[in-house]
Amino acid sequence: MSDHSAHGHAAEHEHPTWKQYKWVALWLTLITIVEVWVYYTPFRESSLFAPALLVMSAVKFTIVVLFYMHLKYDHWIFRRLFTGSLFIATATLFALMFLFRKLTLG
Amino acid sequence: MATAALEHDANAGHGEHQHYTSTGLEHRKIAIWALIGSECMLFASLISTYLIYKGRSRVGPWPHDWGCKTSNVIGKTAEAVQAAGCAAADVMKPILDIPVTSQSTFVLLMSSLAMVLALEGVENAGKPGYDKWYKGSKFWLAMTAIMGATFLGYQSYEFTSFVHEGLTIRTNLFGSSFFTLTGFHGTHVAVGVLWLMTMLFIDMKRGLKGATDVLLVDICALYWHFVDVVWIAIFTLIYLIQ
Repeated sequence: MSDHSAHGHAAEHEHPTWKQYKWVALWLTLITIVEVWVYYTPFRESSLFAPALLVMSAVKFTIVVLFYMHLKYDHWIFRRLFTGSLFIATATLFALMFLFRKLTLG
Repeated sequence: MATAALEHDANAGHGEHQHYTSTGLEHRKIAIWALIGSECMLFASLISTYLIYKGRSRVGPWPHDWGCKTSNVIGKTAEAVQAAGCAAADVMKPILDIPVTSQSTFVLLMSSLAMVLALEGVENAGKPGYDKWYKGSKFWLAMTAIMGATFLGYQSYEFTSFVHEGLTIRTNLFGSSFFTLTGFHGTHVAVGVLWLMTMLFIDMKRGLKGATDVLLVDICALYWHFVDVVWIAIFTLIYLIQ
């Protein structure tokens, strides 16, 4: 029990460095610039526009959660708490989209 | 179980007590992650509502389309709306202002950087290299709070301009779902700014250092980053995707 506790406590203190934080901020800024840029290009009319934006948004979301919220370095219980809730939230969103015919199969 | 808790209490800084659960994890940190999980579901329901109502407004203004004040005509351009019989004076432009919201999004993203640097400042308080003002927690906590307040300023400007252009929470389905979603998010940002100012006040009053203070700032930071990731989703789903 004691070993497990100590491991959990130690795991909470492994964080990225100042330099890594700045790289993360740079990537977040670059992805945001690309998102806004494609909004003003003819690519906006493409059927790939929405999926491309969703992928970029998901990448930004994941970067913030892993590095700024330290979920990459933190205890597995926190990861389960967050990803479990996020899964339920996303599943609810998709279920409602199908229920109200905003999304259809085929 | 009790032994583990006692060990952790003995390790806590400044004679303060940290409270660990049987998992060996601080219960306040588990609580904030549980809160964040429940907030995920709250915002998923608000985003779902917005997406379900999207495109179902019978009167304008519309988020991405040009419209007409006197009829239900909408189009991709002002010319298309006028060609459908709308007088030039009655043409309504798309209500969402992407350049302004892009700026506020950038400010919120940078506030997350300031927040992690504030946490690093508290974790390394008193260590060599961290005595400089630009590496200290006070500076970065203040910067985070200022950027959060700036985001709220942008949102106030956006809401005010929408009302002046004829969009209120009662105008149409877009107005109702948009103001509810972004209003809830703005309220979360406002709570975060108050939380940050409280941490800054404590830092200025007695200084933030030691394991307990690191945990307090860590919990505040988790909440702040969550507010940021929710905005990442809102910016894409509501503002950019038509």
